[in-house]
Amino acid sequence: MAQITCRSLALGYDGKRIAENINFTVQAGDYLCIVGENGSGKSTLIKTILRLIPPAAGSIQQGDGLRPKEIGYLPQQMAVQRDFPAAVGEIVLSGCLNRCGLRPFYNREEKALAAANMERLGISHLARKRYRELSGGQQQRVLLARALCATRKLLLLDEPVAGLDPAAAEEMYHIIEKLNREDGISVLMVTHDIEAALQYAGSVLHIGAQGQAFYGPAAKYLLWRSADGSSI
Amino acid sequence: MAALFDRLSFYFSYPTLQYALIAGVLIALCASLLGVTLVLKRYSFIGDGLSHVAFGAVAAASVLQLSNNMLLVLPVTILVAIFLLCARQGARIKGDAAIAMLSVGALGIGYLLMHVFGTSSNLAGDVCTTLFGSTSILTLTRTDVWICVVMSASVIVVYLLFYHKIFAVTFDETFAHATGIRSNIYKLVLAVVTAVIIVLAMRLVGSLLISALIIFPALSAMRLFGSFRAVVLCSGAISIGCALLGILASVLWASPMGATIVCVDIAVFGMCTFLGWVHRARG
Repeated sequence: MAQITCRSLALGYDGKRIAENINFTVQAGDYLCIVGENGSGKSTLIKTILRLIPPAAGSIQQGDGLRPKEIGYLPQQMAVQRDFPAAVGEIVLSGCLNRCGLRPFYNREEKALAAANMERLGISHLARKRYRELSGGQQQRVLLARALCATRKLLLLDEPVAGLDPAAAEEMYHIIEKLNREDGISVLMVTHDIEAALQYAGSVLHIGAQGQAFYGPAAKYLLWRSADGSSI
Repeated sequence: MAALFDRLSFYFSYPTLQYALIAGVLIALCASLLGVTLVLKRYSFIGDGLSHVAFGAVAAASVLQLSNNMLLVLPVTILVAIFLLCARQGARIKGDAAIAMLSVGALGIGYLLMHVFGTSSNLAGDVCTTLFGSTSILTLTRTDVWICVVMSASVIVVYLLFYHKIFAVTFDETFAHATGIRSNIYKLVLAVVTAVIIVLAMRLVGSLLISALIIFPALSAMRLFGSFRAVVLCSGAISIGCALLGILASVLWASPMGATIVCVDIAVFGMCTFLGWVHRARG
């Protein structure tokens, strides 16, 4: 049983369909990149996988012990207002909320998990810093640590390097690769960066104007691209 | 100095003043706790909007000659709060316009009702009391104070129980939603609690000045601290201090209580801004 199985999934909202017939699976330990032009429905796919909006048709199934709310989600760089008071430690800990249920406070185990994830991403020394004072790369690592608190199995990353300088982007890719290789966390990444997708990903899903255009191993994606004649 | 304390202890031997002090401090504390979230969520104007709606409801209640106007004011304000805070993203009229529309609408209709159907001989005085609180806090009865204590206590308990969820929803609603927090429920809780606070606070500072209790302590605390918890704690402390000082000052100089508390809040905000600026300039 795969962690995520999409069958003839159609995306859309308010009765409008923007992409159709999407089929893919994510097995434990997979690294899948989702690429495609702006407006092709990548963000909508993410929201659908997170169950923030219902699928227009078809189905998304979760299996292999992945519980419905156990996806670690890294949102696109968000415009947090300048003076928002939030310390790094508070943000990372908030990733544990899906373990709390109705319990109003965090237990020792969850606090330890947050500390461990900060250690893992090398941001322990920033725990008491204000989020807004960090650099772009540090901010992304904070949000990644939060995502890791929410899951042990699957990360869903939305443009994780958008807005980062090349060095920070490179570092981010290395962290993600390490999480995938060493800790066996499946990665589902939406990106514009085709070069990186080919370098790191095991498989690629290309969403075109009509819906799914390519789904297969990263090695075959280049061949398909040149045969298809499309250029980005 | 000793003379000052003598005068104060003389004044506070009257139960009305004791009641005012208890109610004032509790209300100020609740308002400031919620204020942090409301300011960060860009709902600073909700206090203004809802309090005007509550004014309209008070006017309607006085026209209907209800013995206890809370019975009408509280439900109406809660409903409007839910409508404003939980309005869906795609709503026809956007947040700020909806708040503005409801608040001036209620203000206009409320004054008209009081003017046309009013039974009181002192219309200007009634309106002034409702808008600026003036003396109404000194007319609290023992029951009023108990209601106030119970309601404030429940607001504080709700806030403490949902604190971590409130933080998550305030900071990043999408992530909170994705990890299974039903953010709509927390918005609903927030709306109801905000409405309760505003109806309570109307007695203290009147409906025009409520926003000050909600936004000033939060903004002051944000000048000084960078973590959510520190800001919430500091905001509560500032608000309690300002309410105490304001009430004492208004008793000593016979100034209007609500307006005095607000002025103390403004002064503290100025001080915090300066301190924050100095701190940053030093690096």
